[in-house]
Order: sequence, then C-alpha cells, then structure tokens
Amino acid sequence: MDIARVDQIIDKHNSEASSLIQILLDIQSENHWLPKEALERISERLQVPYTRIQHIATFYKAFSLVPKGRHQVHICMGTACHVRGAQRVLDTLQDLTGIKPGETDLDLKYSLETVNCLGCCALGPVIEIDGKIHGEMSPTRTADTLKKYE
Amino acid sequence: MNEILLKIDGREVEAKEGMTILEAAQNAGIYIPTLCHHEKLEPYGACRICTVEAESRGQTRLVAACLYPVEKNLVVRTRSEKVDKIRKMILELLLAHAPDSRGLQDLVEEYGADKDRFEKEASFCVHCGLCVRYCAEVKKKFAVGFVNRGARREISFVPEIASKECWNCKECFPLCPTEALQAAYVYTEALISSLPRLGRQML
Ligand code: SF4
Ligand code: FES
Ligand code: FES
Repeated sequence: MDIARVDQIIDKHNSEASSLIQILLDIQSENHWLPKEALERISERLQVPYTRIQHIATFYKAFSLVPKGRHQVHICMGTACHVRGAQRVLDTLQDLTGIKPGETDLDLKYSLETVNCLGCCALGPVIEIDGKIHGEMSPTRTADTLKKYE
Repeated sequence: MNEILLKIDGREVEAKEGMTILEAAQNAGIYIPTLCHHEKLEPYGACRICTVEAESRGQTRLVAACLYPVEKNLVVRTRSEKVDKIRKMILELLLAHAPDSRGLQDLVEEYGADKDRFEKEASFCVHCGLCVRYCAEVKKKFAVGFVNRGARREISFVPEIASKECWNCKECFPLCPTEALQAAYVYTEALISSLPRLGRQML
C-alpha cells in the first residue's frame, strides 16, 4: 500500500486523532494488514505517539501487523461442526494451502484461521471465505470451493 | 480549596478537596503500600495493592487508595483482615509473573504471601505501566509502550526512538517494581532486532 493512499484515508477522516481506530480499520480492510510505514505516517499526521498506535493495533484481533493473504479462510471448529467432521475439512484445507491456522502462505493468497461457531450450525461443517459462508463441506467440496478463489 | 476531615485508621486527618486517600494518608504519615503509583505520574490504578476499606454513609467498600478522592466523614481502614487477604492474593498473583522480584520481597514478608501458590509464568513484568507512563508523561519520548493484551501483554520499545533517546536516559529502569533488568532486556532486544514487531508477532 503506498503512502499516498494512506494519506487519502487520513484526509477522509480529517486527520483527527479521535478517528484513529477507523483509519486503522480502513487500511486493514483495504490492505489486509497494517504495514509499519503506514502506522508511522498515521503517527506523524495525527500527532499520536507511535507506541499508542502500536498498542491499539496489537490490542484488537481485527488488526494484523503481518501480511495477510488476499483471501481470509475461516474454518469453524465449533461443537456442531466438529461432530460433523470439521477436522477432515481442516486437514484438507491444510493440505491444499500448505499452511496451518494462524498462518499465511508465501504467495499471500490465503490466510487460515479457526473459529468456534459461526452461528449456522445446521450447515456444518462450515467454512467462511472472505465473509461468504460455505456449508456442508466435505473434503472434495472444500477442494472445489477453494478453487473458485484466485 | 475546602478542607475535608476524614478518619484514617482511627485518626482525624485533614485533606484538601480533590486529594486521593493515598495523598491524605501520606500527608498524615500513614503508610499504604503502592506499586504502580508514582508522584510525578497520573494515577493509574493498575496494581490494586493500595486497596483499603472506605466507609461512608454506613457502607463499607474496597477502593484503590491511589485513585479514590477523599470525602467528608469518610472512614478509612488501611489494614483489616479483608484488606490483608486481598493484598496477599495480589502479591501471590504477581509472584507468579515475577517470582524472584526483589522489589516485592518486603511486601511478601509483611503479608505472608506464598510465592508458590500459583503456577509460575515468569514474564517479569507485572503491567504496572510505570516505565511506559514515565516515558510518556515525564520524558514525553514515547519510546516504550505496551503491545498485545491480557495475559500476552508486554512492554516493547520502538527501536527508532529507543536508539536515539534511551541510552542517555534509562530513567525507567529503576522504576520497575519487579526487576529493573526487565526493561533493560526488552530495550536491548529492540536495539538488536531489526524487525522487532514482526519478530514478536510471529513468535
Ligand atoms: S517492565 Fe516493570 S516498570 Fe515496566 S510495566 Fe512491567 S513491571 Fe512495570
Ligand atoms: S459449530 Fe460451526 S457454525 Fe456453529
Ligand atoms: S498503587 Fe493504587 S492501584 Fe497501584
């Protein structure tokens, strides 16, 4: 993400220190993570100490300080999905992407994360990719679904 | 400023409006233990070791003396069975993080805290925030701050600022109630590592 774009986002919020979290969220959703240069720029323009931004950026799970993939894959390991075979789906995901939960692949294509119940247990096992729910996953269906995301 | 009369440990104590119980007690020469309090810094209320019993209008409550403002006719007890029990518990929890801390030893003896009560998870930092707040409020350098949250919270120096400012200051080191070396260690780590935040995140 280039600094000009960071500046644009800061401008949109009138460089107000009270909009700090909103600015971070905007950058996170556009860029999938918060690069150090962006945080430094925000610190400079909002006149907020870098330590404070760092504290906030590491406090909320919504923010990432390490690069994330283009596609956020969440697999539900909640009770209902678990008994319906979530482990096999997770194994498939790990095989196909080559990463474990919490990791991102080198091509920055996928980031994998486990969650506990997405609130639609009847569809289990469930995975969520970029906010879209895919239900009744089996290893084969998981492979087919993953193929749709480039 | 209005004078306020209150009672601390049975003694009549005079205080000014806006003072905290801790300040009033200190003025009267009454000792209340503190860990996260520092006279140059804003009250923070992180450690709760200064907990006292405060009674007003017939109600007794447990409050943090370093935060609670004095009020008329307040009756404060700085030691009681309840207070001692709480302080002992707090110390035992802190000891799980900083088992050999020299700064805590006097209190540990006073309250008979058992350092083996809880499973150890030595992080050496008890999150009092003294180093972080001192750097921000007194030195205005913001070289050290907290990162992460809950059990994973820890201090972290910003390498760019630390490499410029800290060598000639180091005033935060002796403030640490557990071990001055903790800040020194994290500081060195920040200087050595070229990617401190990235490294930390991936650990
Ligand atoms: S390193 Fe020491 S002074 Fe700093 S927050 Fe932790 S316990 Fe307090
Ligand atoms: S357990 Fe997976 S959606 Fe509820
Ligand atoms: S001294 Fe009062 S909470 Fe720490």
